[in-house]
Amino acid sequence: MSAINVTPENLSEILSGDDVVLASKEASVAVSRARRTPYFETESGRRFIEGTVNLFKAAVPPLLGILFFAALWALVANTNKSIPGPVETWGAAVVLFSDPFYNNGPNDMGIGWNILNSLYRVGLGFGAAAIIGIPLGFMIGRFQFLNQMLSPIISILRPVSPLAWLPIGLLVLQKAEPASIWVIFISSIWPMVLNTAAGVQRIPQDYMNVARVLNLSEFKVFTKILFPAVLPYVLTGVRLSIGVAWLVIVAAEMLTGGVGIGFWVWDEWNNLNVAHIIIAIFVVGIVGLLLEQMLMLLAKRFSYE
Amino acid sequence: MQSYVQIENASMVFSTKKGKFTALTDINLNVDQGEFIALIGHSGCGKSTLLNLVAGLLDATSGVLLLANKEIKGPGPERSVVFQNHSLLPWLTSFENVYLAVEKVFGGKETKAQLKARTTAALELVGLTHASSKLPGEISGGMKQRVGIARALAMEPKVLLMDEPFGALDALTRAHLQDELMKIVAATKSTVIMVTHDVDEAVLLSDRIVMMTNGPAATIGEILSVDLPRPRERLALAHDPAYHALRSQVLEFLYSRQMRPKEAA
Repeated sequence: MSAINVTPENLSEILSGDDVVLASKEASVAVSRARRTPYFETESGRRFIEGTVNLFKAAVPPLLGILFFAALWALVANTNKSIPGPVETWGAAVVLFSDPFYNNGPNDMGIGWNILNSLYRVGLGFGAAAIIGIPLGFMIGRFQFLNQMLSPIISILRPVSPLAWLPIGLLVLQKAEPASIWVIFISSIWPMVLNTAAGVQRIPQDYMNVARVLNLSEFKVFTKILFPAVLPYVLTGVRLSIGVAWLVIVAAEMLTGGVGIGFWVWDEWNNLNVAHIIIAIFVVGIVGLLLEQMLMLLAKRFSYE
Repeated sequence: MQSYVQIENASMVFSTKKGKFTALTDINLNVDQGEFIALIGHSGCGKSTLLNLVAGLLDATSGVLLLANKEIKGPGPERSVVFQNHSLLPWLTSFENVYLAVEKVFGGKETKAQLKARTTAALELVGLTHASSKLPGEISGGMKQRVGIARALAMEPKVLLMDEPFGALDALTRAHLQDELMKIVAATKSTVIMVTHDVDEAVLLSDRIVMMTNGPAATIGEILSVDLPRPRERLALAHDPAYHALRSQVLEFLYSRQMRPKEAA
């Protein structure tokens, strides 16, 4: 008779370091049956394992993608010495983000200030575009005449490159700051106008028939039918617009200067600090992603059916 | 005695890309107060168009439509409609959907508490008190249709117009709602015009069945009086020879005389 019998029943006990030395097989079975089942065999334990496995499965492909990207980057950096590799850039980013809000005068401010300034400009230009674009979209959708009147102008102006508007802004507004806000405004207004108008035109006829049978007032039609029915379309427009606005701000700031992430990229190019330029690319990407995700959540909240 | 709803020589011509399309022609129909009329015919025969004319959602190209001796001009809450696909507003709860209608019709004359009481009563009438705070997306198709009926009834219309109200429902739910509708109509003495494509439904529910010829240029082919005594019992009628005679008359009209559109004209 051996001192320890390894069976599935007592394996976990032996591994968990219980000091029970079992004299016989019969005794081992008896003892392990009397004990509570190990955690990983209980219901919650199994769920824990399943959750961990699922998390792992969900995390592996994106992580692999990022790893692949970093490897490619490292390879390029290795062949071209002027481009810093991932490790070098990470080091620079850690230094940069350890003090994001220093202020050594307008030409040397922390990355945090630059991001906030860019967001501020985007907020103003985009906000103005929303205030004008969404009601305009409602009117275009509601009144066929207005639609026919404005659609040729919109069709011509919409595909114009955002920066083509900058000289007009500089000429009329005389200053760089409002000119860049103007560029944001004019380039981010179109998705909101067009999506809102499309939403109004696509309201199911049934809803409008309800409004007609009930003889609802224009105000009630707007608050009870038009607005809630069109809201998802409006939010889609807003989401597209904020994407455009964030795209354009970098280019606009490169030209107009001032504190901002776009100007910062140009400044670092003049300093030949390539690591910072790469960091800026990631920052722009991540901030854009966050803005979009925020609006996606908002849109989900307002979708019915 | 003057009829409640009068339709005289009504016709409806739609302008389409391919030219004029005559949907209805020479429609003459009188409906008495408290009468239940079923409009039946093959699809595309313009029965929904006729209902929409009475609702005022469409304007007749020629002819006159009167309700209580007043010309029908545009839609209005005294002719409430139960739509085919319930047409509830998905962002409002059952209560709010009904309340919207109640507020519009009675808002000027009654207090908020009275309006709420009316809404609650209408939902109770269709047996949906428990679902009053649910959104349309959270209730079944049959329940949605009942909310639609509650909304239409709560407006206390002169005429209740129903456009295939049970068409999208399964047979069991449909039978249940038909029974409920019979009880409600008996209690409220409503005047009803209902579009249907279901022969049994038409015979079971209505006082007269208006059978329409095939389109284009559809008109009323025949009107059948259903003089079965009320209240009607679905199970008892199944063994009633009079019921079967009426049923086969409708079937005969629909399937032997109206199978080929040309014969109708």
